[in-house]
Amino acid sequence: MNNILSSSTFFGLFLTLAAYVLAMGIKKRFKSGLINPLLIAIVLCIAVLLLLRIDYDTYNQGAKYISVLLTPATVCLAVPLYTQLEKLKNNFRAIMAGIISGVVTSLGSILLMGKVFGFSREEYVTFLPKSITTAIGMSVSEELGGYVAITVTVIILTGVFGNIICEAVLKLFSIRNRIAKGIAIGTASHAIGTSKAMEIGEIEGAMSSLSIVVSGILTVILASMFAGLY
Amino acid sequence: MKYLKQMLIIISVSLLGELLHRLLPLPVPASIYGIVGMFILLYTGLLKVDQIRETSSFLIEIMPVMFIPAAVGLISSWDVLKAHWLSYVTVTLVSTVLVMAVSGLVTQAVIGKGGRGNE
Repeated sequence: MNNILSSSTFFGLFLTLAAYVLAMGIKKRFKSGLINPLLIAIVLCIAVLLLLRIDYDTYNQGAKYISVLLTPATVCLAVPLYTQLEKLKNNFRAIMAGIISGVVTSLGSILLMGKVFGFSREEYVTFLPKSITTAIGMSVSEELGGYVAITVTVIILTGVFGNIICEAVLKLFSIRNRIAKGIAIGTASHAIGTSKAMEIGEIEGAMSSLSIVVSGILTVILASMFAGLY
Repeated sequence: MKYLKQMLIIISVSLLGELLHRLLPLPVPASIYGIVGMFILLYTGLLKVDQIRETSSFLIEIMPVMFIPAAVGLISSWDVLKAHWLSYVTVTLVSTVLVMAVSGLVTQAVIGKGGRGNE
């Protein structure tokens, strides 16, 4: 069974798409904001792989073809950003203040908690780029001497977590302004969060997309300064 | 042909991003060069939104699916994580909530002060 599946390029692709479509179906059926299709799809895929004893590389042989689309999809985020340009211009100061404070909070909270949990210097710099997009985060971690594999894991965990809890967090802190919502989601949880912001609305999605770019660049600059503080 | 042309434009910008990533000695990934490049094309009017509308909407809509393979890959990083997983997960979760709250509240406060209601 395993061999037959391993030999098919389409297995990984099939499992990924089927899991997401099924998860969307569940969300529609129960009409609850608590149901996160991305999380359900991830859990379904992992469960199937563990149950059928299929290793990740076998799965990824097919699944990687969907990952390839990530760069073109990110490039397309420029469209909502351009459409919402007026909003960006009119609120430029607030948006920049929000992203900068978010980036400093990210680096500062890692510094503080790193001390509390007794992180080694390598562990500390591994976590510094956790809130930014994977490709930038990896190079920051590498540059500062972190464990790149752990950085990737933590970045993805941050994104998935942000995607799942953003609506609850925004509600808890009474963040109701649509621009502020987008900035919060994008600065905290990069592209994976942004895919959720896109579902919430076009303004939220556009602002979240902008945050990916700005917070990514800011983190590159500030992370090396923070690395010197530990 | 319409969708093929739209896809061609999007792939061209992605290719341009990848080339810039390889040629310039900066830690900027292809996707970031690409999003900035696409924004410049739209802003200068060299490209109209209509020329990529349907395909870009489709790609953005299915974006969550593209993160599934990487997230499923977390099962192979368990070996690296298992010794410290509790502290790693705690730090990740707490920091994510803090960043979200601070950046959202600051943005909202500054907008509020400017007197522009943008609900």
